[in-house]
Amino acid sequence: MGKPKTIIEKIWENKIVHEEEGKPDLIYIDLHLIHEVTSPQAFEGMRLAGRDIRRPDLTFATMDHNVPTKNRENIEDPISKKQIDTLAKNCKDFGIELADMFHPDQGIVHIIGPQLGLTQPGKTIVCGDSHTSTHGAFGAIAFGIGTSEVEHVFATQTLWQEKPKTLNVKVNGDLRPGVTAKDLILAIIAKYGVRMGNGHIVEYTGDAIRNMTMEERMTVCNMSIEAGARAGLISPDQTTLDYLRIRPNVPKGEAFEKAAEQWLSLATDEGATYDKTLTIDASEVEPQVTWGTNPGMGAPISGHTPIIDEAEDKDGVKRALEYMDLEENKPMTDIEIDHVFIGSCTNSRLRDLRKASAIVKGKKIKDSVKGIVVPGSALVKMQAEEEGLDEIFKEAGFEWRNAGCSACLGMNDDIIPPGGRCASTSNRNFEGRQGNGARTHLVSPEMAAAAAIHGRFIDVRSFEGQVQ
Amino acid sequence: MEAIRKHTGLVYPLKRDNVDTDQIIPKQFLKRIERTGFGQFLFYHWRFDDDGNKREDFSLNEKKYEEASIMIAGENFGCGSSREHAPWSLLDFGFRIIVAPSFADIFYNNSFKNGLVPIVVDKELVTKWQEKAEKDELNLTVDLETKKITDDEGVMVDFNIPEYHRQNLMNGWDEIDLTLHLEEKISNYEKTAL
Ligand code: SF4
Repeated sequence: MGKPKTIIEKIWENKIVHEEEGKPDLIYIDLHLIHEVTSPQAFEGMRLAGRDIRRPDLTFATMDHNVPTKNRENIEDPISKKQIDTLAKNCKDFGIELADMFHPDQGIVHIIGPQLGLTQPGKTIVCGDSHTSTHGAFGAIAFGIGTSEVEHVFATQTLWQEKPKTLNVKVNGDLRPGVTAKDLILAIIAKYGVRMGNGHIVEYTGDAIRNMTMEERMTVCNMSIEAGARAGLISPDQTTLDYLRIRPNVPKGEAFEKAAEQWLSLATDEGATYDKTLTIDASEVEPQVTWGTNPGMGAPISGHTPIIDEAEDKDGVKRALEYMDLEENKPMTDIEIDHVFIGSCTNSRLRDLRKASAIVKGKKIKDSVKGIVVPGSALVKMQAEEEGLDEIFKEAGFEWRNAGCSACLGMNDDIIPPGGRCASTSNRNFEGRQGNGARTHLVSPEMAAAAAIHGRFIDVRSFEGQVQ
Repeated sequence: MEAIRKHTGLVYPLKRDNVDTDQIIPKQFLKRIERTGFGQFLFYHWRFDDDGNKREDFSLNEKKYEEASIMIAGENFGCGSSREHAPWSLLDFGFRIIVAPSFADIFYNNSFKNGLVPIVVDKELVTKWQEKAEKDELNLTVDLETKKITDDEGVMVDFNIPEYHRQNLMNGWDEIDLTLHLEEKISNYEKTAL
């Protein structure tokens, strides 16, 4: 037996194509996911240099960021339309499989990778999108890259990467009933800040993580980038295998068992050490609501907005409260909202929609609130409809849309108007993220659903619609 | 990529921490399929009001910074999305160097690939330089060869920058070309490891 290793070190060592003193490592990329917004300039670069895509078979494309969630047939904005058409043409020219707007596999890139079984333990996965960290839930090293790196992967199927430092985020104990994976990751970022993971890959460990479903694990890993870490992952276990076994792109039968054995062997060894370890007690986490303009600016639902004089970054807090149009020391439960967005790669999987629909079932959302539900993929949409979730949402007064990123970043028509205040299940509350002048509060699907009914934030655990 | 060895320029101080890429270049401008022309949209909602008029309360709009090519920013500059439109817009606007106490990882990486030089400098010095640039005027000379920054007063500081990126910047090398020289290694890896 050699020295005990973390899963991060094990995968990294497997992927090194070339090492050289004074250079980053050249690592192999097993899966490259692309979408319409960060790829056109990379394709253009390939064309100009007369290069071919090395491994179109390891590349998969979809349309998600910019696509409308209704009336897809007629995209009015010519620049949007051009971007979408450009991806279709590029995929055709370079031989890349594409799940276009009307394809049954279409969806947010981080929802469909796992759903199709393309995401697997031990892989290196990249995409021109920072929430690629989502795929780490399966025990993969998955991270977002820029467009130049997209082009580099196109041409070489590799990337130059500094060997990352390792950070163990150890979640002790278990989450209380009514507290979700989203609350946990928001609480971690609120506690340790948006720079917690800079330069590191995070491994999430501990009982609370082990007890999570794959969908919950994806929610946690998704927001690693919000803590500054390019990637976050979780060692694979039986839960991982159970999720993968039924997916289309995984080996079947005996081949699966063989792969499974190898996957499980990647899990971090007993006694392995990390460059840094941070801990959080899951049992102390309450449902969370962000009050500011970065994901670390959050508080438990029983809490208040901060007092500027008591804050470390007084200027930052002051500016955030001003932008959010909130007073200091205001109870979170006094914040009234007028929009609710249930969707995004953080929280738009089937389980999220089930949880949110259970809260709104048989109720009406407040008159002053406009709510939309945007499933993460066409498949999630179909499954939700089979279960009648769409009807529950619609009867409660929500709009039910087609899959895409939608109001998570507001590149299409799904934007929150200036001054609008949105309870959102997405991952970023930056200024103007959901629309110029819009104010975003990040919450779990359950908390968003409860806020829709009440028109303000409320502790979902005291809410009568709460189901266990 | 245009090679850069030494650069002297006027400093614009951006005294904010955690400036995210959504602020650097808002999403409505990401629909273009070109790499160029993003400078006009840099910090769009900070520079312009809802009617498209320049905001007087945002310092980058001040005449004194018109020629600035070096930005001195706060902690964690460039956090958030992976959009390379962020360095594209900074470069297109006229910035060549960004100095900050810390950068977000993806932005840091993306910058090098485009010849925008991100340099980490002590917070104390950042604050001092920002104040000087704000109250008075500050010019810096950044020398990648010697890895030194010199200010107007002759104060000289060393900085660290990954050697690999430094070489690429100074020589204007195309990274893909470099990697393709290792084609055999990549093929071997594919044969044995996949
Ligand atoms: S849902 Fe939002 S965060 Fe996720 S990939 Fe789309 S835009 Fe990015």
